[in-house]
Amino acid sequence: MSLKRKDLLGIQDLTVEEINLVLETAESFKEVTGREIKKVPTLRGKTVVNLFFEPSTRTRTSFELAAKRLSADVINFAASTSSVVKGETLLDTARNIEAMQADFIVLRHPEAGAPNILARLLRASVINAGDGGHEHPTQALLDLYTLREKKRAFKGLRLAIVGDIAHSRVARSNIYALVKLGAEVRVAGPPTMMPQEIERLGVTVFHRLDEALRGVDVIMMLRLQLERQGIALFPSIREYSRLYCLTPERMKLAGPDVLVMHPGPINRGVEIAPEVADSVSSVILDQVTNGVAVRMAVLYLLSGAK
Amino acid sequence: MEVKQASRTVMDAQEINRALTRVAHEIIEKNHGNANVALVGIRTGGVYLAKRLAKKLQEIEGTAVPVGDLDITLYRDDLNARKEHPVLRRTDIPFDITDLKVILVDDVLFTGRTIRAAMDGLIDLGRPGEIQLAVLVDRGHRQLPIKATYVGKNLPTALEETVEVYLEEAGTPDRVVLLP
Repeated sequence: MSLKRKDLLGIQDLTVEEINLVLETAESFKEVTGREIKKVPTLRGKTVVNLFFEPSTRTRTSFELAAKRLSADVINFAASTSSVVKGETLLDTARNIEAMQADFIVLRHPEAGAPNILARLLRASVINAGDGGHEHPTQALLDLYTLREKKRAFKGLRLAIVGDIAHSRVARSNIYALVKLGAEVRVAGPPTMMPQEIERLGVTVFHRLDEALRGVDVIMMLRLQLERQGIALFPSIREYSRLYCLTPERMKLAGPDVLVMHPGPINRGVEIAPEVADSVSSVILDQVTNGVAVRMAVLYLLSGAK
Repeated sequence: MEVKQASRTVMDAQEINRALTRVAHEIIEKNHGNANVALVGIRTGGVYLAKRLAKKLQEIEGTAVPVGDLDITLYRDDLNARKEHPVLRRTDIPFDITDLKVILVDDVLFTGRTIRAAMDGLIDLGRPGEIQLAVLVDRGHRQLPIKATYVGKNLPTALEETVEVYLEEAGTPDRVVLLP
């Protein structure tokens, strides 16, 4: 079985079957990542290029580990240290990389749709590692994997996604995925961080966090993008924190055995209280561990498409 | 599964069972009992056969041997050549194979490429003291210098023929069939 597509650009155009195929395949790779020798020869001779136009530690490292554990060769391009600063366009950069016989290009870019352009023009498989406010499909897939591991089924699962929904590609990819899989998705955040007509994606909007959390099985916190605060979406971080920080008191409103997730990096004391981030309900580090297995599955499944 | 008209049954349930019983005795004879012996079935057919052999070893010797499942997909040498990847399943070997006499179990020994992949996969999990190979059917046509330690039945075949092994555990009555 393979994904019958060259590229992974987003969750929106994936079928439920494709999502499940990735999650099932990732299970086999999780076994590999738990071994003493965490390496299989499957992608020997293939080249994976990480092309990152935005800072990232977790995602880039995770893709790098995933590729290395499949025995592929990995090259990391960070825009800040490449010819991009000399004025080279995205497409020229990518064409040059492809001329070096790259098989996969893992792209993170500040503009929504950048991976789609590359996918159309290049022979290499393109994997979207986050494009602007659009999608971050592998993050959603690793969140789903973690959820499935802990909660078994998606149908009827009640989730609250909390924070800056409007600027979050993680939220968007997760909403697409969870709604497809039959979960009940609530989104919570201040009106300035809530996209217009988000209800059309099949979610319920809350502006008061306490109401959103009532009885949920999973809380997905989003990072408050402090670097965006110049845009004045909120009077102050302190006020945001008072209204939207996940505290131990607020945790009591959620259902029993609630899971707390966060795509990282976390701002302790801003959107999540340290006691919550470090509590037994938190699966934040499981998400990171599972990320490698899920990305191995994506690389493996895309390499099978001919 | 459907069996074609012109097919020929080369082993029935009783013959399969007798062959496995003989192989179990040979394993015990060669290894002087079943201490330090582990069975690893190659997915999918080999997994069922490994469990059956383990049961027989326990009946004969009175002690259990560890049994594991090995998926060789990630070690195949034809992943690039195939149109589509085979379904990836889990490797599940819940014990340390280091210094054990590991007996790989498969249903049909043909080109030997599966066994090459299985040995690579196994060695990534530890350093077995010895690797032996038990197969239900050896149909010949090796492409690699690989030889089974235990053979249920030697079956001369033509290269274009197909050998199918049906097992109860997969929902079909036990039999080995040769298809033209």
